[in-house]
Amino acid sequence: MSPAKTTTVNTAHSVVEPSARSKRIAGTLVIVYALVTMLPLAWIFLTSIKSPPDSISYPPKILFTPSIEGYCNLFTTRTRQTPEYIASLPAPDGVCDAVTRQRNMVIAGPSNFLPRFTNSLIIAFGSTFLAVGLGTLAAYGFSRFKVPMADDLLFFILSTRMMPPIAVAIPIYLMYRQLGLSDTALGMMLLYTAVNVSLAVWLLKGFIDEIPREYEEAAMIDGYSRLQAFRKVVLPQATTGIAATAIFCLIFAWNEYAFASLLTSGSAQTAPPFIPTIIGEGGQDWPAVAAGTTIFLVPILVFTILLRKQLLRGITFGAVRK
Amino acid sequence: MPGLEGRRPGPPTTPRDPGAQDRFLPMATRLHLRPDRVAPFPPTQASARVTTSHHTLADKAAEAAARATPDGVVVRVRALSDRAIAWLFIAPTIVLLLAINIFPLFWAIYLSFTNFRANRPNAEVKNVGLGNYSRVLNDPDIWASMQTTAHFVFWTILLQTVIGFALAYLIDRKFRGHAFWTTLILIPMMLSPAVVGNFWRFLYEPQIGLFAYAVSFLTGIPTSEIQMLGSVNLAPWAIIIVDTWMWTPYVMLICLAGLRSIPDYIYEAAEVDRASNWRQFWSITVPMALPFIMLAVLFRGIENFKMFDMVNLLTGGGPGSTTEVASITLKRDAFEAWATGRSSAFAIVLFVAVFGLANIYVKALNRVKQR
Repeated sequence: MSPAKTTTVNTAHSVVEPSARSKRIAGTLVIVYALVTMLPLAWIFLTSIKSPPDSISYPPKILFTPSIEGYCNLFTTRTRQTPEYIASLPAPDGVCDAVTRQRNMVIAGPSNFLPRFTNSLIIAFGSTFLAVGLGTLAAYGFSRFKVPMADDLLFFILSTRMMPPIAVAIPIYLMYRQLGLSDTALGMMLLYTAVNVSLAVWLLKGFIDEIPREYEEAAMIDGYSRLQAFRKVVLPQATTGIAATAIFCLIFAWNEYAFASLLTSGSAQTAPPFIPTIIGEGGQDWPAVAAGTTIFLVPILVFTILLRKQLLRGITFGAVRK
Repeated sequence: MPGLEGRRPGPPTTPRDPGAQDRFLPMATRLHLRPDRVAPFPPTQASARVTTSHHTLADKAAEAAARATPDGVVVRVRALSDRAIAWLFIAPTIVLLLAINIFPLFWAIYLSFTNFRANRPNAEVKNVGLGNYSRVLNDPDIWASMQTTAHFVFWTILLQTVIGFALAYLIDRKFRGHAFWTTLILIPMMLSPAVVGNFWRFLYEPQIGLFAYAVSFLTGIPTSEIQMLGSVNLAPWAIIIVDTWMWTPYVMLICLAGLRSIPDYIYEAAEVDRASNWRQFWSITVPMALPFIMLAVLFRGIENFKMFDMVNLLTGGGPGSTTEVASITLKRDAFEAWATGRSSAFAIVLFVAVFGLANIYVKALNRVKQR
């Protein structure tokens, strides 16, 4: 704190406002941290547009000719052929075909990436819809009515999220085997709904608590029934909270790996357990893995930026608000 | 009531006379419960145009109805209907959790007393009493995995708290563009630990990986010697680094909320008393942000105690069993050795441990908050 500043203490903020120098130092350090922390993510993207030889060169290449090969390999399966055979083929159909032929290979068919990605979409959106729907109702119930043992019930709801997923997976695995739900999208959707509903109830209870009761009471005075007041007064007021909660649920279901890797193997497998299994000739096909990772991460990046004002609430189950 | 104007049909209440509103509310609640008898304003377009005269009329009707209805009846009817709605709203969630979380938990408790093996569903199931528990608690491998978990949890929390708090402190200097850089820093924690953890395998590659290259560039150690995932000594640190990279923003965000919750006037008072910056930091900043730091530690502690996905993809517990945290041991027991009964016992032990530790910690947290 410079002496000039302490003499001019007449506005409320001058004392606690950091000096220009401390701001500069803080800014530099934070920016350095941010850039270092972004490096792995930047590397994922760069690797996805490298050709396989470029991706494993030493020293790591920063300047290179971009290639679409990683994305081609991600969506296709290929077989090796003799150059004579490839020369005998008609002209390549599309960019990927041409790129593949340069490696003395031909495209044999689509890979499993697209179905796995679609599974991720279906399961994530389905479970989010269910969790937010159930969560909104329960949160309203807890927020507005005297529920016997409300605190115990809320704690019970939260505690279901404390269990290690593998511990839950053992009996779920057996139960789903009995019910014929193993490796089905419905089974995964129900499971993710159950995991997410605890988050949804806690977050939404916070949001609904913030809507003054007087709104509904006034509406009910005017003849709305309790359900009408809920639908026409509370729900519109809670839209932001519901949207934020939905995005949090969506991100969880989208990212989830432990249950997915243990309970799905084929038709209902989601992208997270699939991406690590993408292999090329002689090991992991890193450009293809990076391409899959990039496609997988982009939606979350967008959502994180949309959600930045609500992040704090979401990650603390509504315990910390602002 | 902003935001409600125009949407709400019927006559407006008078905000200038709060007493009237107080008297009006309970009556109106009765009104709403006995629509057949007192005919309240239906929420239609027509009623929106009705003016004060109707208001007083309905008011009188309401008063009459209120007088006519014994209090006990009103209370009972209202309680019943509201309670019905409450249960109607809450029950689906509870039923789902009972079906998908609690029923399996009880099943796991039952299995933990048997020698059931999921890969031999038709074999005879025998009750082994507490045998599984005594085997789990006396198994040196399981204790080793608990130690690995403790090492992982301790170092990740320590690093994340120190770096996260420092970052929050710096961001709280409110330099230009701090909002943008904060958002950028937050990105890693939202990503999938599995998918990103998997990619770290590539970054950790000794010859071609970016991490090895950067370390050798900074220290001069040849890249071939920087075998993060293959070395018994370095592998535990490899997973700690990834977890810290991923979750430091989480701690930072909560700490930042803590720092921002400290009112300016406290610092102003300290400044008037000529307290040094150092003194202000330790006597004001740290103690006042402590409940927030502890909350972050609580959440990270529980999450990292359960850690599975990132470690499973990065090292799979290896090399040997140097990074075999509890969840990985559990997975190997349950889904590779198929010792379902024994692994259920281990799962229950883990659950009780998380739950117990979390409870103790929450109590401590509340004590700090009250101070």
